[in-house]
Amino acid sequence: MTGERITIEQAAHVARLARLDVTGDELALYTMQLEAVLEYAGQVAAVDTSSVQPTAHATPAENVMRKDEPGECLERDDVLREAPESMDGMFLVPRILGEAP
Amino acid sequence: MAVDASGGSVGYEPVIGLEVHCELATATKLFCSCPNSFGDEPNTNVCPVCLALPGSLPVLNERAVDLAIRVGLALHSDVRQCTFHRKNYFYPDMPKDYQISQYDEPLNAGGWLDLPSGTRVGVTRAHLEEDTGKTVHMGGTGRIHDATFSLVDYNRAGVPLLEIVSEPDIRSPQEAREYVAELRAILVAAGASKARMEEGSMRVDVNISVRPAGSASLATRCEIKNLNSLRSLVRALEYEIARQAEVYRSGGSVVQETRHFDEDTGRTASLRSKEEAHDYRYFEEPDLLRLVPGQERVDAIAAGLPAMPAQRRSEIAALFSSAGAGTGGGAGAGGAREDQIAGLVENGLDGLLLAAVNGGVSPEKALARTANEAASRIDEALALDPESYGRLLVMEEAGKLTATQVKAVLSEMLDEGRGDPAAIAKRLGFETMGAGSINASVEEVVASNAAEWDRYCSGEDKLAQFFIGQVMKATRGKADGKAVVAELQRLRSTR
Ligand SMILES: [Zn+2]
Repeated sequence: MTGERITIEQAAHVARLARLDVTGDELALYTMQLEAVLEYAGQVAAVDTSSVQPTAHATPAENVMRKDEPGECLERDDVLREAPESMDGMFLVPRILGEAP
Repeated sequence: MAVDASGGSVGYEPVIGLEVHCELATATKLFCSCPNSFGDEPNTNVCPVCLALPGSLPVLNERAVDLAIRVGLALHSDVRQCTFHRKNYFYPDMPKDYQISQYDEPLNAGGWLDLPSGTRVGVTRAHLEEDTGKTVHMGGTGRIHDATFSLVDYNRAGVPLLEIVSEPDIRSPQEAREYVAELRAILVAAGASKARMEEGSMRVDVNISVRPAGSASLATRCEIKNLNSLRSLVRALEYEIARQAEVYRSGGSVVQETRHFDEDTGRTASLRSKEEAHDYRYFEEPDLLRLVPGQERVDAIAAGLPAMPAQRRSEIAALFSSAGAGTGGGAGAGGAREDQIAGLVENGLDGLLLAAVNGGVSPEKALARTANEAASRIDEALALDPESYGRLLVMEEAGKLTATQVKAVLSEMLDEGRGDPAAIAKRLGFETMGAGSINASVEEVVASNAAEWDRYCSGEDKLAQFFIGQVMKATRGKADGKAVVAELQRLRSTR
C-alpha cells in the first residue's frame, strides 16, 4: 500500500491541509494514485540536466509591471449574485473554525 | 494562573522581535487595478484578479515596488532580485486560498533601524505581499469563538503590504514601542505608508521569549498577533514577560504557540492550537516573473528619498539650542519638547514648523502652535501650504492677531485646505486693535470693576485673568492678551 514516493501518512497530511475529510479506503486509493502521479512526474528526473542552467520560469522575461492606475471594478450586485449567500453587501460564509493563520 | 505584571519578571530578560505589516500608499492593489482605498462600501473594489475568478492573472504594481524599495533603502537593506511565492492556507479572507508573498528571496534583505535612545535593531527582511480581506463575525458576542456565521469584504484583499521583520534585538516593552514609533516615522517620511495603527494600515505581531538575565541563549518564544495600538503592544509584552518568567520560576516550560491579547483583561491567552504546525507549502508563484530592481532604478529611488526622521529631529532641536532657548527649562521641559518634536516628525508636520521659523517666528511659538493646534488635525494639516501657515504664525508673532484669533484662522485654513491667512483674518473681522483702543478698553473695564481692581492692586495677580476676560468680552476677542496685561501693570504701577 505504501509507495516509494509517498506514504499514507503524507497523503493524510496533505488531505488535512486541504481540509478534505477522507475515509481510510479513500486514503489508500489516493495514496496509490498520487504515487502514480509522482512516478509519472518523476520521469523528468531521468533527463540529464547537467549542462542546463537552472531557471525559475519557462520564460526569461522579468520585471513585468503595470502602472499604478485604477481600472474598472466589477459591479457588486453581479459579484454577490454568484455567491452562495450574501448579506449587507458582503459574502456570507459558514462559521469559521479558528483564527486566521 | 495569577500573573503579577508589575514585578514578576525580576531576574529575567525579555528577547523581543517584531513583525510589522504596513499597507503601502498606492492608488491600486498589488496585483490588480482595483483602488486601494480605506473605508469604501464593502466589495466595491473587487475584480476577477482579487476575487480569484478562473483565468485571471496577477500583474505587479510598479509603484508598490518603488515604495517598498524606498523603505528598504531607509532601513539600510540590501535591495535585491527577488521572487514571489504562494503561501497556501484555507481561510475565507483570501478567495484564492493562498496569499502571494515572498519567501526565500525577499526584495529587501538585512538592514537596521537606530532607536532614538541609541539601540540599533537589526532588520531581517522587508518583503512584499498582499493583504487579506476583512471578516466580520456574526451571532453570539461577535467574536470568532461563538459566531454562527461570518461576513467577508474583499476590498482589502490584494492591497499591497510590506512586512518588516526585525531581529530579536529588542529588550523591553518600551524599546518595542520606540521601534514601532520610529519605524512608523520612517514609513511616513519615505511616503510609503500612512502607517495608522488605528485604521489598521499598520499592524504589529511580536515574538517574545524570556531568559535568565545575563544569559545568551534563546528560550522558547510565543507569538502575539495583531496588536493594534502602541498601548496594547506595551501591555501585552508586560503581561507576557511576567507570565513566561512565572512559568520558569515555578519550574514549568513555555510552549511555543500563538497567543491572543485581550484588551479588556490585559492578558494574553493561548489560541486553540492547531493539530499541526503551519505548513504553508510555499512554492514559487508561476503567474509572476522574477523582479530584478536594476541598480539604476535603485539609485534613482535613493536620490529621491527625503531626509529621515532622526536627521529632521536633530535639525529642529538645533533651532532651539542655537536660539539659546529653553535653557533652564529643566530636563522635564526638554523631554516634553523632544516628544513634541518627535510627534511632529513622525506625522510629517515638521515642514509647517520650519516654514514658520523661516518666516521669523520663534521656535517655541512655532512648536507650540504646530504641536497643539495643527497636529490635532493631522490629515488637514498635511494638506496645508507650509508657506501660508508660516505667514499666519508671523501675524501672531507681530501682534497682528491674538492667540484666539490665530486658532480661529487656522481652523478655517484647515477646513478649506488652503487660504491666505490675512484674507481669512479680514473676513472673520479680526482687525488689529491699536494700542490706543486696547488701553481705552482696559481703562473702561477697570473703572467698572473697582472692587476687583483694588484686589489686583493689593497684589492678587490672578485677577489679571479676570480683567483679560472682561477686555476680551468687550472687544469680542480682538485684544491681545499680552498688551492687556502690560497695560494693567502700567496702570497699577502709576496708581
Ligand atoms: Zn482587483
